[in-house]
Amino acid sequence: MKQSFFEIIENTPLTDSVMKMRLRGDTSEITRPGTFVNIKLEGLYLRRPISVCDVEGDTLTIIYKVVGHGTEQMRDMKSGWLDVLTGLGNGYDTSKAGERVLLLGGGVGVPPLYMLAKRLLGEGKKVSVVLGFNTKSEVFYENEFAALGADVTVTTVDGSHGTKGFVTTAMAEADYDYFYTCGPEPMLKAIYKTAETSGQFSFEERMGCGFGACMGCSCKTVTGYKRICKDGPVLEKEEILWEA
Amino acid sequence: MGSLKVNLCGIELDNPVIPASGTFGYGYEFGELYDINVLGTFSFKGTTKDKRFGNPTPRIAECYMGMINAVGLQNPGVEKVISEELPKMRKYFNKKVMANVSGFSVDDYAYTCEKLDEIDDIGWLEVNVSCPNVHGGGMSFGTSPEAAAEVTKAVKSVTTKPVIIKLSPNVTDIVSIAKACEAAGADGISLINTLLGMRIDLRRKAPVIANKMGGFSGPAIFPVAVRMVYQVSHAVDIPVVGMGGVSSAEDVIEMMMAGATAVEVGAANLIDPYACRDIIADLPRVMEKYGIENLSDIIGAVK
Repeated sequence: MKQSFFEIIENTPLTDSVMKMRLRGDTSEITRPGTFVNIKLEGLYLRRPISVCDVEGDTLTIIYKVVGHGTEQMRDMKSGWLDVLTGLGNGYDTSKAGERVLLLGGGVGVPPLYMLAKRLLGEGKKVSVVLGFNTKSEVFYENEFAALGADVTVTTVDGSHGTKGFVTTAMAEADYDYFYTCGPEPMLKAIYKTAETSGQFSFEERMGCGFGACMGCSCKTVTGYKRICKDGPVLEKEEILWEA
Repeated sequence: MGSLKVNLCGIELDNPVIPASGTFGYGYEFGELYDINVLGTFSFKGTTKDKRFGNPTPRIAECYMGMINAVGLQNPGVEKVISEELPKMRKYFNKKVMANVSGFSVDDYAYTCEKLDEIDDIGWLEVNVSCPNVHGGGMSFGTSPEAAAEVTKAVKSVTTKPVIIKLSPNVTDIVSIAKACEAAGADGISLINTLLGMRIDLRRKAPVIANKMGGFSGPAIFPVAVRMVYQVSHAVDIPVVGMGGVSSAEDVIEMMMAGATAVEVGAANLIDPYACRDIIADLPRVMEKYGIENLSDIIGAVK
């Protein structure tokens, strides 16, 4: 973990409510895909945890959905500096992947899969990506994943773009020997039921500190209590215990 | 340069800054970030007789200048704290540590304190009486002078270490409770624990926190904390550890002027993991600014 200041170099909309922000600073602590950063914002007490979409040299890309006071404030920033904690969370472990890897993202669960796809492709894996959205106007990063060399399928619930249905619709027909996913909990549960192989799930929870001190985001797993922020956000399929 | 040293219940601290229980784990998360031996000491995560998962999530809510938490005393239980957490802590911290203890019956408190009494690394027992009394109808031990005194007596009978009773601010007369603890043999008082609070999610028309209510902390509660530290420290003859929203070296000095011998820093650690290190480093500058030679001279300077 590292605390440092990042300069905003881009902040542009991808859809009506999803923004892409590029920041320049010390990215040395961001080593694995699937980790997150925790951002201090003016006038708000708790930091805002946001997943890492990509890192290129000293440039960090995050993609966030505008849902509350914090992300509204971020949306309106044109330039300036942000106080950021980097290198948080365990991230995805790519050493467990097979040769034919399936990545499944839902909504703002899509961004962390971008750096993961890049990493897996760099390791010589065959990467298929399923991106799930509600409707065509919410779709983002379809072309970016394709440009990396991944095989991309988009699903929309209303069928307005790509395959009609959920990411699990595409998963049921996919050829894979390992998978990674990030998205809303109902989607993760559906994937858990559909999956025929091992895989890794990235979870979300309201956090206090984001670095393991406050026990604000604990969950129960097969291997004991875990903190989503420090021992997660990525859990392996075999250790997940769904709360009733 | 003057001295930052203070004496807390017979043990000298290099400075009065103490990360508060529940915001600093067992120290090692922070020990990876900076040398935590710069601290006066720290109060480790609230420890109970048995292992506890705590409350369901969400456990955290944002507030103006603060936060609400309802973690619910998640901890591995006193045996595991002793066998697993404290050895990990020792790799990073070589001073006496403050043990923080909670319980749901008088016997719980006594059991846990007796176990911790055997550990040389522990300097003080900070006893949190804000938990509900399972055998006493669910009212918190800390809301009645009699119940708080009963816990104090039980704990004092099983340890020779200094016992600091940590009081809840959610009471009508904090002074009477502090005095009852002092009369029952407490060696110190620490306050304030969090204020009971609640936030509502307008979209869901439901509380933000799964437990509905939780403990409000952060800079917003600082004036309440200063007031209660002032009231209690002027009513008892034992040392008072002040806490509640402390976020800067100025806040530390304000707490001490109100009557605190040492000062705990809580929520600030969660926002800025280096908060305590930076506050300690800034103390000499603020002391010089206000003409303070030795920090111990200003304890209770406000009459």
